[in-house]
Amino acid sequence: MRYSVAFALLGFIGATCAVAQTFDVTSEISLQGRWYPESPAFLEQSSSNFGMVAKTTLHLEITSKSSFTFTPLYRYDNADSQRTHGDVREAYFLMYGDWRNNSWELQLGQASVYWGVAELYNLVDVVNQVDLVEHPRNRPKLGQPMVHLTVAGDWGIAESFLLPYHRKRTFPGPAGRLRSRFPISENASYEHKDGERHMDVAFRYSNSVGPYDFGLSMFIGTNREPAFLAFQQPEPTTHQTLTLQPHYEQMEQFGVDVQLTTSVLLYKLEAIQRRGTRNLFGEEENYHAVILGTEHTVFNLFNSAASLTVLAEWLYDARGSRATTVWTNDLFLSGFLSFNDVAGTELVAGLLADLEYDYRSLNLEFKRRLSDSWTFRLESIVNLSSDPADITYDGRKDSFLGIDFTFGF
Amino acid sequence: MENHVFSVQHALKVRIFRKSRDFVLSVNPCLVVFALTIVVWLSPISTVSAQEETAEEKGMRIALAASESNDGFGDFSAELTMLIRDRRGGESTRQMRFKVLEVPDDGDKSLFVFDHPRDVKGTALLTHAHINAPDDQWMYLPALKKVKRISASERSGSFMGSEFAYEDMRAGEVAEYTYKYLRDEPCGELTCTVIEQYPLDEKSGYSKKVIWQDTEELRSWKMELYDRKDSHLKTLTFASYKQYLDMYWRAEEQTMENHLTGASTVLKWTEFEFGSNLDESEFTQTALRRIR
Repeated sequence: MRYSVAFALLGFIGATCAVAQTFDVTSEISLQGRWYPESPAFLEQSSSNFGMVAKTTLHLEITSKSSFTFTPLYRYDNADSQRTHGDVREAYFLMYGDWRNNSWELQLGQASVYWGVAELYNLVDVVNQVDLVEHPRNRPKLGQPMVHLTVAGDWGIAESFLLPYHRKRTFPGPAGRLRSRFPISENASYEHKDGERHMDVAFRYSNSVGPYDFGLSMFIGTNREPAFLAFQQPEPTTHQTLTLQPHYEQMEQFGVDVQLTTSVLLYKLEAIQRRGTRNLFGEEENYHAVILGTEHTVFNLFNSAASLTVLAEWLYDARGSRATTVWTNDLFLSGFLSFNDVAGTELVAGLLADLEYDYRSLNLEFKRRLSDSWTFRLESIVNLSSDPADITYDGRKDSFLGIDFTFGF
Repeated sequence: MENHVFSVQHALKVRIFRKSRDFVLSVNPCLVVFALTIVVWLSPISTVSAQEETAEEKGMRIALAASESNDGFGDFSAELTMLIRDRRGGESTRQMRFKVLEVPDDGDKSLFVFDHPRDVKGTALLTHAHINAPDDQWMYLPALKKVKRISASERSGSFMGSEFAYEDMRAGEVAEYTYKYLRDEPCGELTCTVIEQYPLDEKSGYSKKVIWQDTEELRSWKMELYDRKDSHLKTLTFASYKQYLDMYWRAEEQTMENHLTGASTVLKWTEFEFGSNLDESEFTQTALRRIR
């Protein structure tokens, strides 16, 4: 964190010293509430929470081909102190230009990148840490310090990353819902002696050839997804005597993502091979995992402007019950209805079903503009069934209804 | 083409010959010779009239002339405001920026960046258009920093909830349609050529467009859009033409009316800038990620 603040500050000072050509500020404040109708599985958990999120983006165009972007975010949560947190989502310099028949781009500072083609979960996307307290499923990202060089030409896009600092995953605190039964320690340990300062490297080559868009990626460094070490609580404050401490290991991951875009359907594939990480039972296991998906959009639904996108995704992890993620053999079906009306009304419904355990959940989302500045969003994730053998079991009572009002200015 | 002329001439001859044969039965053979002479004398004329272009050819020629008068603009950028009125009188505006790069022998490369409403700010749409082949299209979603390839074959979908379909926002190429000349008629102080345009793309939402184009500067003033059931669905009108680089005409205002729902959309173009030497690298996926 200290490292990233230094990064951010450095960037900011540099940018303000420069003579900015244009200066643009966009901000967003959102008021949020979540209700959990079922009584909690663990004593300390709250049954509702309210809060506020403030986010602002400052963009300075230094020259026509260089800029500085700064995006701080702060969340306040009345129930879970771990959820009250701030993050510098972005604080980077960007410059770009042409070199012979190629173009290049250098991004320096804290930023996030998106890899992959699937909707529910992206196996290949491992550069940024997940800001888990923000949302249980959407995987919002913590800003990642990076040196990101892109070179692109007719032959494709090659991107190299130097990642000098590791961000720890955020976890809900004891009062929070959607958490494991054991408290998760704020301390973390690292497999590598350099700890969070280990220099990670990543590389990605992507290209569009006819109807195919594909990417080949590689990551060598500290895993963003922790393993957990169990400790006896020194001062047991709850009825739980064990604490889990995140342990970040070194890993190598090779990934491929492909999308085939035809006139009727999109076909999607993500696959990874990961080496050097421990499975749920603490044994080191090399494994592969796959996502297969397809997507179809119907336009002018019932002769209206509305469009409906339906998608199906299958997530598979070769470790099965030894997997550290919840996506072991799961099927996700989802529909996205966009009314294309004046208020930009959108409706999403999805069903996630574990094909091995008895876990089913339904997600619903409704979004609509109230005015030019205000947006209203209603969201719910409902657990339809849960299985004591599955790692989702600790969240079995955590079906929720969330509402947020966002004001943009 | 020659076959075509031949067959017309042949049919004509046969018809006249049959008539003259009727004559043979009842009238003087000299008349047959006379009639045949007339046929021989007439046939070059009939050949000329058969060579005269068909309504389809004339329509195509007019469309080509209009397209050629716009060729070579190279690139331009502009700002757009859309005023959307729904059938209940609800109004909303969309603001976006647009830039386009002309690509010789292929469809243009273009980029829309949305500025307003706020919840879609920074969303961008990159299109690499192709002639009689599906376009390539990518969407940039700023909240996720995600570039997503989308299927561009469905062009009839509404653009940003407006009465404009994606295909209306796209500069079509002449080869993507067939044409038919209908008539010339006065339109305001000008004279307009009226042609019909039929899309070759089966996925187009239209069966045809009737286009009013003036004879002097080849500007479009009105288009009547017919849906697949051949009923008059929408009318697009153009106003406030301005000329750029002493050559290229652009309408600052386009109004699309939907006759079925009563909804309408006014599209206003401002800040036209031609000849900024936009580079191809500004129409790539890496450029899309830089969009502000």
